[in-house]
Amino acid sequence: MSIQEELNNAVKATLPDVECVIGWGGGPEALRSAPLFMREEADVEGFKAGYFSVNNPALYLPEYKGKKTAVVVKGCDARSVGQLIAEGLVKREELVIIGFPCAGVIDVDKVNTLLAGRCEPGEVTAAREDGNAVVLDTPAGEIRLDKKDVTADKCGRCMYPNALIADAFVGDKREPAMTEDDYADLAAFEALPLEERMAFWEKEMSRCIRCYACRNACPLCVCRDHCVAMTRNPHWVSQADGVRDKLFFQVIHATHLAGRCTGCGECQRACPVGIPVLMLKRALSRQVENLFAYKTGVDIEGTPPLLTFTLEEPKIKERDW
Amino acid sequence: MSDIVSQKFVSYADLPGWLAELGKNAAVYAPRREGQAVVYRAWNAGDALECSQRPTESAKHVVFPRCEELFGFSREGEPENPGNRKLEIREAAEPVPAVVFGLLSCDARGFFSFDSVYDGSGTRDYKKGPVKDPYYLKRRDRTVLIVRACKTALRTCFCNWVGGDPASTQGADVLATDVEGGLLLQAVSERGKILLETGSLAVGSSEQAKAAEASHESARKGLAPAPDLSGAPRALLSLFDNAGFWQRQSAGCISCGACTYLCPTCYCFNITDETNGLAGTRIRTWDNCMSPLFTLEASGHNPRTAKAVRLKNRVGHKYSYYPELHEGRFSCTGCGRCIKSCPSSIDIRTIVQSAVKEAANV
Repeated sequence: MSIQEELNNAVKATLPDVECVIGWGGGPEALRSAPLFMREEADVEGFKAGYFSVNNPALYLPEYKGKKTAVVVKGCDARSVGQLIAEGLVKREELVIIGFPCAGVIDVDKVNTLLAGRCEPGEVTAAREDGNAVVLDTPAGEIRLDKKDVTADKCGRCMYPNALIADAFVGDKREPAMTEDDYADLAAFEALPLEERMAFWEKEMSRCIRCYACRNACPLCVCRDHCVAMTRNPHWVSQADGVRDKLFFQVIHATHLAGRCTGCGECQRACPVGIPVLMLKRALSRQVENLFAYKTGVDIEGTPPLLTFTLEEPKIKERDW
Repeated sequence: MSDIVSQKFVSYADLPGWLAELGKNAAVYAPRREGQAVVYRAWNAGDALECSQRPTESAKHVVFPRCEELFGFSREGEPENPGNRKLEIREAAEPVPAVVFGLLSCDARGFFSFDSVYDGSGTRDYKKGPVKDPYYLKRRDRTVLIVRACKTALRTCFCNWVGGDPASTQGADVLATDVEGGLLLQAVSERGKILLETGSLAVGSSEQAKAAEASHESARKGLAPAPDLSGAPRALLSLFDNAGFWQRQSAGCISCGACTYLCPTCYCFNITDETNGLAGTRIRTWDNCMSPLFTLEASGHNPRTAKAVRLKNRVGHKYSYYPELHEGRFSCTGCGRCIKSCPSSIDIRTIVQSAVKEAANV
């Protein structure tokens, strides 16, 4: 039985006990799937998990609080679920978690770069996996792309490809791509002079349209309708669309996610104008890991370090100053 | 096409030179690649032009800026009379003439949705009559549009469903079509004709016009056939209280503003005073119906607290409420950006068609 068939069976077995099962289905474009909310057996026909299952379904779980809900998760999605549980934002007993071994997901931006001059990703009529390749039907003919060239960066540093928490797990567990995040991407950026880094952010943020897709796509961004960016009183963030205010919001967002962000990258993927906002969050994640030896979304019994305090932090040497 | 008033040709090599000529009399805006996005930016000689990937955003911000200063103000205290403060108002700068190069036909048509709201023909104050928006109208009047015909259709394109066409000249001043070695430029308005008289452009040949027509026809063939949407306004209205329908349609929605801010027809705004001490500016900024503050009333009551009712408003406005007020025209040009850039792949076509189907079953 294929992993998809096993998943279909697991979903069907769960359906009678839950409000819905959240997974992935086909989208309006061949390269992009859409979140799928399965309520009855017929809905499972459209369910497809794998290389195109980019969205993080954990995002929707707080909406279903109080109702038993099932969710199909990649390894990174499971970390988001774990973090939501650890913070009490969803209840473990209200969830049925179905995991599968994730081999990485597609990054449509990378496809866009490789297709340049031939066609746009939006012209692709069909896409399928073929071993280590993705095969696209396009107006310019069939195009084969090597998966290693179009897989999301986060998958290259994935430490948990198999859902760490799952009520059902189908398929054989995979070896992680990395055992420890080396933050090499950050180190490369930080090697640049400060002025260049500031100029980089000013340029990137100048095309921000302030749609807040980054915020709303974040599974851990839980203020929802009470976001600091929206309040008029107090008037923290100006409505003027200067780069300073846009960057100011990103810094607030990243700070709110320190010790909570699991690096799922949905903020960056959701950005319609491709601003690399995940980098800011990763900078703070590294800080929290170094200071508090805490990894987000890994231990549902753990307490996020910024939601508690300890008189003496083992990794912060206050007395030695 | 009988509405062509003049026809010129510019080679790709000479295009920047022509735009630079236009730039002597107006601010030129053109698509530019920035990372994976293609955005409209002020263009200056030497800047690259992005022509292979369709713009991520619409060009509406040229006429309807994301943030527009309406006026500045300052209050100054009088030392001899501390209770009095002298108020000074500074008028906003006059908008400069602009030329937008390379916008899509769906973007040019998008301004029609704005026009009948902002020129007062579609809105009426019961006492004062038509209400005109001078800020919008000035910019609109001073902006000339060079539309670049689409050579292909994306899977998210549906301009033909809502009265558009990959090479529509509606709302355009010049229609530019890629032909061998350059662009055939066809002026379809007097203002467009003046643009084509700027610089020294070659006359377009009838062979080039034929090639352009063939290119338009090929783009048309890439579009899915248009369904009958005439029942959509009534269908959507009949589903207004059908909470289940809207909850199903909005299940994946994350209630962000990507759809509205990329849309060429969404025209809602917010007005705030941004002050610093005793001085400040009154600005108008984009707002969107997917945001919680959009309908928050002064009393604290918010009639649209859930994403389902927000999405209902967005779709209902475009396909039901707007057409009822504006001679049946949908406030959607089928550019498909709301589909293409939706983080959750929500498809407005599916919602409208589902509404028509659902209403027929009741």
